[in-house]
Amino acid sequence: MRVPLSWLAEYVELVPGSTPEDVHAALVKVGLEEEDVHTFDLSGPIVVGEVLEFVEEPQSNGKTIRWCQVRVAPEGETAADGGEAVHGIVCGARNFFVGDKVVVTLPGAVLPGPFPIAARKTYGHVSDGMIASARELGLGDDHEGILRLSTLGIDAPVGSDAIALLGLNDAAVEINVTPDRGYAFSIRGVAREYAHATGARFRDPVEQSSPVDAAVDAFPVEIRDEAPIRGRVGSAVFATRIVRGVDPSRPTPAWMVARLKLAGIRSLSLLVDITNYVMLEFGQPIHGYDLDTLRGGIVVRRAKPGEKFTTLDGKERTLHVEDLVVTDDRGPIGLGGVMGGAETEMSDATRNVLIEAANWDPVSIARTARRHKLPSEAAKRYERGVDPEIAGPAVSRVAQLMVDLAGGTADAGGSLIHEAPARQAILLPDGYVSGLIGVDYTDDEVHEALAEVGGHVTRVDGGFEVVPPTWRPDLTGRADLAEEVARLVGYHRIPSELPVAPPGRGLTRSQRIRRGVADALAASGSTEVLAFPFVSEAENATYGSVDGSPVASVRLANALDASAPFLRRSLIPGLIGVARRNLSRGLTDLDLFELGLVFTPEAGRSYGAPELPVGARRPDAETLAALDAGIPPQPRHVGVLLTGDLVRKQPGRAAEPVGIADALDAVRRIALAAGAEVEFVQGAHQAFHPGRTAEVRVGGTTVGYAGELHPRLTEQADLPRVVAVAELDLDAIIAATEPAVEARPIGTLPAATQDLSLLVAADVPAAEVAAAVRDGAGELLEHLELVDDYRGQGVPAGSKSLTFALRFRAADRTLTAAEASDAKLAGAAVARERTGAAIRE
Amino acid sequence: MSEPLEISEHAVNAAVDAALAAIASAGDSAALKTVRTEHTGEKSALARLNASLRDVPNDQKAALGKLVGSARGRVTQAFQAREAEIVEAEAEAQLAAEAVDVTALPSRFTAGARHPLALLQDRVCDVFTGMGWEIAEGPEVESEWFNFDALNFDADHPARAMQDTFFVDPPEAHLVLRTHTSPVQVRSMLEREVPIYVLAPGRVYRTDEFDATHLPVFMQFEGLAVDKGLTMAHLKGTLDHFVKAIFGEEAKIRLRPSFFPFTEPSAELDFWHPTFKGGARWIEWGGCGMVHPNVLRSAGIDPEVYTGFAFGMGIERGLMLRNDVQDMRDMAEGDIRFSQQFGMVV
Repeated sequence: MRVPLSWLAEYVELVPGSTPEDVHAALVKVGLEEEDVHTFDLSGPIVVGEVLEFVEEPQSNGKTIRWCQVRVAPEGETAADGGEAVHGIVCGARNFFVGDKVVVTLPGAVLPGPFPIAARKTYGHVSDGMIASARELGLGDDHEGILRLSTLGIDAPVGSDAIALLGLNDAAVEINVTPDRGYAFSIRGVAREYAHATGARFRDPVEQSSPVDAAVDAFPVEIRDEAPIRGRVGSAVFATRIVRGVDPSRPTPAWMVARLKLAGIRSLSLLVDITNYVMLEFGQPIHGYDLDTLRGGIVVRRAKPGEKFTTLDGKERTLHVEDLVVTDDRGPIGLGGVMGGAETEMSDATRNVLIEAANWDPVSIARTARRHKLPSEAAKRYERGVDPEIAGPAVSRVAQLMVDLAGGTADAGGSLIHEAPARQAILLPDGYVSGLIGVDYTDDEVHEALAEVGGHVTRVDGGFEVVPPTWRPDLTGRADLAEEVARLVGYHRIPSELPVAPPGRGLTRSQRIRRGVADALAASGSTEVLAFPFVSEAENATYGSVDGSPVASVRLANALDASAPFLRRSLIPGLIGVARRNLSRGLTDLDLFELGLVFTPEAGRSYGAPELPVGARRPDAETLAALDAGIPPQPRHVGVLLTGDLVRKQPGRAAEPVGIADALDAVRRIALAAGAEVEFVQGAHQAFHPGRTAEVRVGGTTVGYAGELHPRLTEQADLPRVVAVAELDLDAIIAATEPAVEARPIGTLPAATQDLSLLVAADVPAAEVAAAVRDGAGELLEHLELVDDYRGQGVPAGSKSLTFALRFRAADRTLTAAEASDAKLAGAAVARERTGAAIRE
Repeated sequence: MSEPLEISEHAVNAAVDAALAAIASAGDSAALKTVRTEHTGEKSALARLNASLRDVPNDQKAALGKLVGSARGRVTQAFQAREAEIVEAEAEAQLAAEAVDVTALPSRFTAGARHPLALLQDRVCDVFTGMGWEIAEGPEVESEWFNFDALNFDADHPARAMQDTFFVDPPEAHLVLRTHTSPVQVRSMLEREVPIYVLAPGRVYRTDEFDATHLPVFMQFEGLAVDKGLTMAHLKGTLDHFVKAIFGEEAKIRLRPSFFPFTEPSAELDFWHPTFKGGARWIEWGGCGMVHPNVLRSAGIDPEVYTGFAFGMGIERGLMLRNDVQDMRDMAEGDIRFSQQFGMVV
């Protein structure tokens, strides 16, 4: 809402010398949000001039200019720019006559743009200023020609200040109105809030107008709502007045144009401007009909199925049975509370006007505006709630302005339907406000604050009974009243007191582990990223499915990026996107990780809550369970991506490019931080290099994959050929690990170390051989490590020689070499049995 | 056996002088070893003089024995002293040779980094767990009931539209990407016993354009306390404590009246700090208020018995204010240079 200060000052006394910033500050104090300041953004000297004479001079470019002599100061006086009283000015427009009063911007003036005016040579003359158009002054869009003051009904003395004359010295403060404060979409409402903030006296514009005197022979109106929404009749208040014999061609006064302009509304025609002006002033949307186009009386009803109607923006709309329509004998002439119709709107030919102000049900209007995508000024006010008591005074105010400005005559009476229910009183128990806010308010403070916002406050036994003002539909409970007291007395009165929470348990195990995982990865050189979870269907099909079987994905109904309307099933597409961005910025060695949710609906299952619980009460257990079952699984994953060099080339060391081993190391770090023991087995995943994929298991369950991306995919993504990645279900890992480690005793007696070399077929995984040796060697084997994998001379083709370093120790004695050797041979025997491994002599 | 020499004071002195001169001139341990062989070995003059003692008449044995013994002692002493000198010199030389340029050493270390938003979130959590609060979490794809209805958003009220919601397809499923972490507050109230003191951090989504001051995906943290006798003063005290913990003792807050469907009274939280870029001033940082009675009712908590307060702030804005980040896009794009400025400390 933009509030021109001159307008505001009509209804509340501004603190003398207030700047727009001061007004903002006052309004912010009571809960309106400061948004912006609007001015006409120009400076003088800009004066009234009179065209004394002009010569038309055709130019070689085909244009004809006028070389004008313009009086810009009374005879014998100096002009406002210090120059002669008559200025020679070149003008390109030709819509004026000798003797016209015009607006002259003299050298030194600045027009919006900024466009500074100076004497300049043009078309063979020195043009000593400019004759302005309405558009150049920021007053309107009309650039057909210069602004002739007579068209605004203005005849001011030559040389007088045109800025003040046209209201261009005004400024508007723009405030953001929260959805509960519909009344603040009006000068009336903002003036009242300013009064609350400053203590200044508020004059209610509604009280300056007169109610509608319902006349017997007034225009017939009937409300026939056969399907109220939530039991509320579509239009509980409907007021009309008739003004006859208006002259629609009269100019809108400059002050009104300027105020509308500052308020953000374009001046269209006098009659329309008046209805807009009163809407802004009262907060009551107004509709004006050309009375002579109406056929019969008005009936308000819900639309019929399939009914069609053309709104005044020229669009034909198919109506919904919930839409409220204003009809006459022909059918719909208005989409109630949202937009009027083209056939009955006021025009240049209108002589007689029917003015309508109604009060529409907010829910009905909100649905209609949303359904037809018509967020009009009217709908914006109705869906937030319009004061049901002002329809009459509003149509009277419009009628009066049409009489004063358009030369019409108002019918004495009008029609008025008023079936709005009276506001219910709210009981405010003593001590409630103080108890909620934490300030010891006196009874007088509570009483005064609620009376000041317009409430009707009565002292009753044990508290106050408060009937909220009609313009405050948001005040429905005692907490609402507590806020009014708190904000009027001022939030600065609220003290600062730290509550003591009961002793807590700190982070949960999962929260601690996740933090540890992120810290471990970062400490080992990986950089955390937070990618957006929006992906394409193809990305989910590739990275979110292990074997290429179809997967379900969550799709957004209103995605920002039409190419990525799905929620990720895998972190890898996001990591690839981030990697590509870094590579494009010349950062080639990347080690990235992300912790985040993925969204993994099961294929063939539909999710959602068809019926939402209604009413402010706790849903039963069954309903809550259904709500939870209705959302798709969202496990937390951790993903890692590496490319380029893990160790860069440096003095004395060659570069070490990343590879699958680094992805496995990342998994080991994650496992360490999570307290999990991971096992790698040769794996397969459609997005991975077929020979370089490890399936990661914890406690025998697959928790993810690590390896290198399939080179086909890295090529498609314009990435280096080798990109190592790992992605694990962190929730699953945490769930599979023991909360507490069971410690083993640490043996202190001397160890015996021996090596064991085994010949085995090349395709046998080393881990299987190691496991066999471990099983065979038994308890004495404390530690086993693969130290060499040799193929080549001395080893038969198709075989490999694996060398393990073994460390044996007994808890109760010093081992002899023979005992260690026996254990080793026992290990080798099991390895032979399971894998065909033979001891290599 | 060494060939005996005739013992005389002259001969002894000559042998000692020769040995001492050789020892002194030995430059390294190899030379010293040669000297040792030459002057104390079996064929050395002193060894031979020593051997000659056997043939000395008994009456002279004591005197000559002493002469030769002390000569050998002097030489051995000199030798040891010189040896120590050389060992030390050689050790020093070795250390000198081993010196490296510490500014040009190869390294396997790579500087990794947590994301500063995640770090700041962790810090915020720590402040609250330090006060005994617990950290609550919930799903990001959420049902409309948790995201709106239970929070007193009427289905037809414009407040529901002000949230710029991402809806899951089909909209009739009534699933959304949560627009705030407030559904976690509702879940906490449903799952926990009063008194409740929880902080709900996490990712939230709104259909905002991606620009320097808006992200469609961002991080929030919301606090909720429900207990007997909680007032707006407790809300203010909690926020006061929090901003001082995160931004330092000079930080302060101010509450301004505002509107949220789920709180009544509601307030905007303004935050002041002397070191803001552009000067000390009030900057808007979030919303807060007393939990709306309807929200308590939706969770089965009696508003006649309990009151609560809640607040919510954006981590991104916190990072912008605290660490002078100028463009929010830097927080979302994943350029490693951005996070690596912070490393593991924010």
